[in-house]
Amino acid sequence: MEEILSGKTGEKIILLGNNAIVRGALESGVQFVSTYPGTPASEVGNTFFRIAEEAGIYFEYSTNEKVALEAGAGASFSGLKTLVAMKNFGLNVASDFLIPLCYSGIKGEMVILVADDPNCWSSAQSEENTRGFANLAHIPILEPSDSQECKDFTKLGFELSKKFKIPVMIRETTRVALQASPVRLARIVKAKGKAKFIKDPHQFSTMPPRVLEMKNELLEKIEEMRKISEKSPLNQIKGRLRSEKMGIITSGVSYLYVKEALKELNLKMPVFKLGFFNPLPEKKIQKFIKKLKKVLIVEELEPYLEKETERLSKNINPKLQIWGKNVLPVTGELKPEYVISALAKFANTKPKFNFKSHLRKFKKLEIEKRFPQLCSNCPYWLIFSTVKKLAPKGTIFGGEIGCYMLAAYPPHKMQDYLFCMGSSAGIAHGIKKATNQKVIAFVGDSSFFHAGIPALINTISNKSDPLIIIMDNRTTAMTGQQPHPGAPAKGEEIKIEDIVRALGVKYVKTIDPINVKEFEQTIKEFLEKKEVSVIIARRACIRI
Amino acid sequence: MKKKNFNIIISGIGGQGLITITKILAKAALIDGFDVKTSELHGLSQRGGSVETAIRFGSKVDSPLIRQGGADLIISLELQEALRACYYASKDSKTMFLINDFVKSIPGTKKPDKSQVLKQLKGFSNKIALVPATNICKKELNKEVLAGIYLISLAVLKGLIPLKAFSVLKAAKKIVPDKYLELNLQTFQLAQSYTLSI
Repeated sequence: MEEILSGKTGEKIILLGNNAIVRGALESGVQFVSTYPGTPASEVGNTFFRIAEEAGIYFEYSTNEKVALEAGAGASFSGLKTLVAMKNFGLNVASDFLIPLCYSGIKGEMVILVADDPNCWSSAQSEENTRGFANLAHIPILEPSDSQECKDFTKLGFELSKKFKIPVMIRETTRVALQASPVRLARIVKAKGKAKFIKDPHQFSTMPPRVLEMKNELLEKIEEMRKISEKSPLNQIKGRLRSEKMGIITSGVSYLYVKEALKELNLKMPVFKLGFFNPLPEKKIQKFIKKLKKVLIVEELEPYLEKETERLSKNINPKLQIWGKNVLPVTGELKPEYVISALAKFANTKPKFNFKSHLRKFKKLEIEKRFPQLCSNCPYWLIFSTVKKLAPKGTIFGGEIGCYMLAAYPPHKMQDYLFCMGSSAGIAHGIKKATNQKVIAFVGDSSFFHAGIPALINTISNKSDPLIIIMDNRTTAMTGQQPHPGAPAKGEEIKIEDIVRALGVKYVKTIDPINVKEFEQTIKEFLEKKEVSVIIARRACIRI
Repeated sequence: MKKKNFNIIISGIGGQGLITITKILAKAALIDGFDVKTSELHGLSQRGGSVETAIRFGSKVDSPLIRQGGADLIISLELQEALRACYYASKDSKTMFLINDFVKSIPGTKKPDKSQVLKQLKGFSNKIALVPATNICKKELNKEVLAGIYLISLAVLKGLIPLKAFSVLKAAKKIVPDKYLELNLQTFQLAQSYTLSI
């Protein structure tokens, strides 16, 4: 049995933030878990995939994040305690359902884990900040700093969800999700009772005019929860006010950098650490900033807390000097040295270590860039080299998210555009409508199920003729080889070619890219077609 | 090792097993009664690109990341990656380099000149040890991927990391899958006979 399951009450074990979320859910008696893989959130699903059966929990990899959230909601409406996990972009996909779900509220407790990736370590597409959903969806958001908090906040998330009957979000960032640190374990709880969906359209049907009432109910719940946030030990001030009247407001991993920076600079000042990002303890923040001359807001990415502090200071301390993004970057993750330097400026002191001259010296080193690349025996090598050889000059290559995005780097450099999952074929259609240029769109097998099918249907119904190559490596490879509907862990697979044919695509061929001749011939032939054509290039990932 | 935390950077290339050796050291630190934090990256960055992990242990660890110029020890599983890790090295921190004498060439670039790399490293550290870990593991155990285990074994056995060798072995037994355990233990034995010159 894995340590995460066998670990006993009181024992201290090292867990990744993501696995601490899993343990927190187990200690809360979670019954239903759904997800779509996405780094830096993938380990939540990976771990449940391994232990669910032994733990007596239902777990699924859903087709995409929206479906995962809907599945989770269905279970919750039927009374089950539910966890749904995804990365930030997944929440975009799920948001169409998330927003009304917050309106209706839930029945069985529901926690939604979302992991942001400042610095885009494992993300193309954007450096998205999920905090924006606090105002968009009015969803409560808790932000842990380390693994112990990941576990504790998850448990609190379930409690808050139970009390207020709405989903609660745990927002991690990469350095929390993939930070490993000791966690004190508590008892794993097995939830009992049978699930039953009891009809209640008053709660679950978001038709107008009822939907407006629901919105008001949600806003009331958030204001009620704010009272808890005002008193919660998750929002706590450490250290006392000194004659300089300086203070810091921070949360998440930034708090850990602040502690480090205070030690490094040998400074003492009060630090307001927020565990709740939404609802914010506004009164407590006002009380904190009222006596300050200067406050430094330490947060990654966009200045949400800084703007809130500005707003909250207006009436009670209009002269307050608010520091934040004037000394810290909006783009990229924070690092301890950024916070040390920012705090030094703020407190009008100097770091012992000269970061600037060290950085200048470092930048003078001659270091070649080592790009990530496809594994040495990856079947995608064959696909890209064949396509590159045969595509006429000027052919546009459309990419998206998955291992095949590595073709953007040398030696291939074959991604003329690259956005989110499902978009390569969607954009290809628009280019074909607008121009007479040749377009080849690459789609992964898992992405095809996730969001590629509607785009393919659009090329058929609105009649355009890109060549779509489905890169079927029989797994969701980039995030760690998770199964998908075309390559399930058990049971019958859904065949991609069956779907493509059923949609009415005439030119469909499944090819093992190792058969280079056949592959070449088909590409040549399909590029001449006046309607959409699909090649399913099938060969399994070497890692499965 | 009283108040100050001990900071280790492990650098290398995706696929060299950095995450496993990071886990082993973290567990060993916990066994020795320290607070410990590690930081790693998954997904895109593991695909054959440059990777690094951080391990910090001591009486109380806050940040999972090591600050610029703040490493006590840098273990690099590849020569050129040691240069990249200079970001964390400084003479102020008395950073020590333990480097695998192994080059994985970068397509489209010329092979690095070893003496040139060492010269550059000397701007950041006075303590540099180059160890042919990949060659030794290939020759003796027929498995290059054990180079990382070899280097951490060496670091612990030669006192470069203030952790007990026994604790590292105990941690390895819990973390390494059973079928590879014997090989890992052999690697540890092998490191015992190496004479380290700095």
